[in-house]
Amino acid sequence: MIDEFTARRVTADPERARHLLLQMLRARRFEEKCVELYSAAKIRGFMHVYIGEEAVAAGVMAALEPEDAVLAIYREHGHALLRGVLAGAILAEMYGYEQGCCRGRGGSMHLFDAATRFYGGNAIVAGGLPLAVGLALADKMAGRDRVTVCFFGEGAVAEGEFHESINLAALWQLPVLFRCENNLYAMGTALGRSESQTDIALKAAAYEVPAWPVDGMDVLAVEETARRAVHMVRAGGGPHFLELSTYRFRAHSMYDPERYREKAEVATWLERDPIDLLRAALEAAGELPAKTWAAVQGEVDSEVQAAVEFAKAGTPEPVEDLTRFLYTERGPK
Amino acid sequence: MKTTYREAMRAAIREAMTRDDRVFLMGEDVGRYGGCFAVSLGLLEEFGPERIRDTPLSESGFVGAGIGAALGGMRPIVEIMTVNFSLLALDQIMNNAATLRHMSGGQFSVPLVIRMTPGAGRQLAAQHSHSLEGWYAHIPGLRILTPSTLEDARGMLWTALQDPDPVLIFEHGSLYNVAGEIADDAGAVDIDTAAVRRSGRDVSLITYGGTLQITLDAAEPLAQEGIDAEVFDLRTLRPLDDAAILATVARTHRAVIVDEGWRSGSISAEVSARITESAFFDLDAPVGRVCSVDSAAALRQAPGTGRTPLRRPRRRRGPGGGGHPWVTS
Repeated sequence: MIDEFTARRVTADPERARHLLLQMLRARRFEEKCVELYSAAKIRGFMHVYIGEEAVAAGVMAALEPEDAVLAIYREHGHALLRGVLAGAILAEMYGYEQGCCRGRGGSMHLFDAATRFYGGNAIVAGGLPLAVGLALADKMAGRDRVTVCFFGEGAVAEGEFHESINLAALWQLPVLFRCENNLYAMGTALGRSESQTDIALKAAAYEVPAWPVDGMDVLAVEETARRAVHMVRAGGGPHFLELSTYRFRAHSMYDPERYREKAEVATWLERDPIDLLRAALEAAGELPAKTWAAVQGEVDSEVQAAVEFAKAGTPEPVEDLTRFLYTERGPK
Repeated sequence: MKTTYREAMRAAIREAMTRDDRVFLMGEDVGRYGGCFAVSLGLLEEFGPERIRDTPLSESGFVGAGIGAALGGMRPIVEIMTVNFSLLALDQIMNNAATLRHMSGGQFSVPLVIRMTPGAGRQLAAQHSHSLEGWYAHIPGLRILTPSTLEDARGMLWTALQDPDPVLIFEHGSLYNVAGEIADDAGAVDIDTAAVRRSGRDVSLITYGGTLQITLDAAEPLAQEGIDAEVFDLRTLRPLDDAAILATVARTHRAVIVDEGWRSGSISAEVSARITESAFFDLDAPVGRVCSVDSAAALRQAPGTGRTPLRRPRRRRGPGGGGHPWVTS
């Protein structure tokens, strides 16, 4: 059942809606392949997938310029991919191969890419927020009109670094867009079990930061609010804060038996799969003929397959090189 | 010209701010208050609040912001009031500043300088007396400097700012009022090598930072007893100047390491290990160590001396020192 409002938004700009559908599908299919490869022991270490939350990353990336900066957490395959890091480079990184976006040094949790100004990949909860403040401070001091977007989960709001960073950004009126992905669980701890005040936007508002809750399963809503917020931040309006309600369809990591949530709850959220919702709306509006949908899927599958081929052909960095880049390499004195 | 350690540091910051407009100073009370140790006194009036930036008491937040600003092309000097408070920023220093270059496969560098004050000896009790510079020297990815002389206070900062990687500068709290002569054109110094501060033939007294002057003072009565001590200043705790350490031991065949840090797991233990590993057959005696007792610091004065432990003699009040509660006089 497509509500009238959604139908109107899809019809208003079907091209944009199809673009967002494609982006979400890219992240989804890529990570489904990652899970498969993990199960086949091609990928090791910790791996956290974003499946179910794709609308959040897809919605904001569309609103950014190439010179903007993006910071994310350890569940960041989707963010990196949709920011423009090549799928093959991400997958090779997860394999631990030199052809990866960080030479196979960081793997799944530490994707970095200078070309797209993607600053990780931070595996310490809330550890990226102060960096976002600093990147934005540099932009402000240098008089550049760039925006720094910082993604983190709702678990981060219990950390001191969250509060310190929001306060600094507000105090100095820095161009940061804070994006809280509220998927209701910090690993296995439900929001209500870790926060006395569960209204997260309210916490940001307490620091005088304009803050809104957004339905993170509605990619059109995410994209629209992101576009407005980015515009405000870029125009000198200081930091803004969006809380995206979303849900992680899969386990926290590959080692999570999910004892902390009910299957019925998961099932309820699965009905709000952001990809299914948008696809249904486009189809209902007659804007996604079967042929177009097949083409979209084909395009995504080819990208994923090419990434797998690229990663499989990779090689591990030679052991003797593993201490390189600890310090900046200098020529002979 | 005459100067003090504090004035030399201030001159170094002023020079850096003047020469490079990407440089700015950020920390608690660096601006209106003039700096907890009065190092930055007057710089707010000179450079304005954007570049002499007071921060809230958010060590992790503003140290992380310094790292981010460095990633964004600036050359921040972050002042953490004392090493004791730096523990609140350890996540940023260790998990971000020290690792970003390596973890990103060389894509990002963090050209950041963090200044802080370590040390005991001013009756400040357990939470304000830590000497953790050796602890920080444990972390790969950082460079650790311990300026002990007026020349190093004046010259290490500029060189540190030219380093594309994070540098931590430890300014021992007992040094700020040290006064003396310095060349009018004193400027940048190297941050790679150790230095022999007193030549000798019989024993190498290896130290750094706040304990250099105490060690030099100790060499005098030793000389009267016929022991000719070489006093060796490590200057940089990471990376250690191994060649110079081994060379002094090769000259004197004996080594005593003087380190204000706790004995167990200290930088003195590291230096001792390196000497034993690489110069064992040069030694005529086991390596000795003079370190802090493995205990939390107590408030009381050192027994029988009428002084707090490690208090330096011949201290003089420097300009701007008055009224700052932690400035010793």
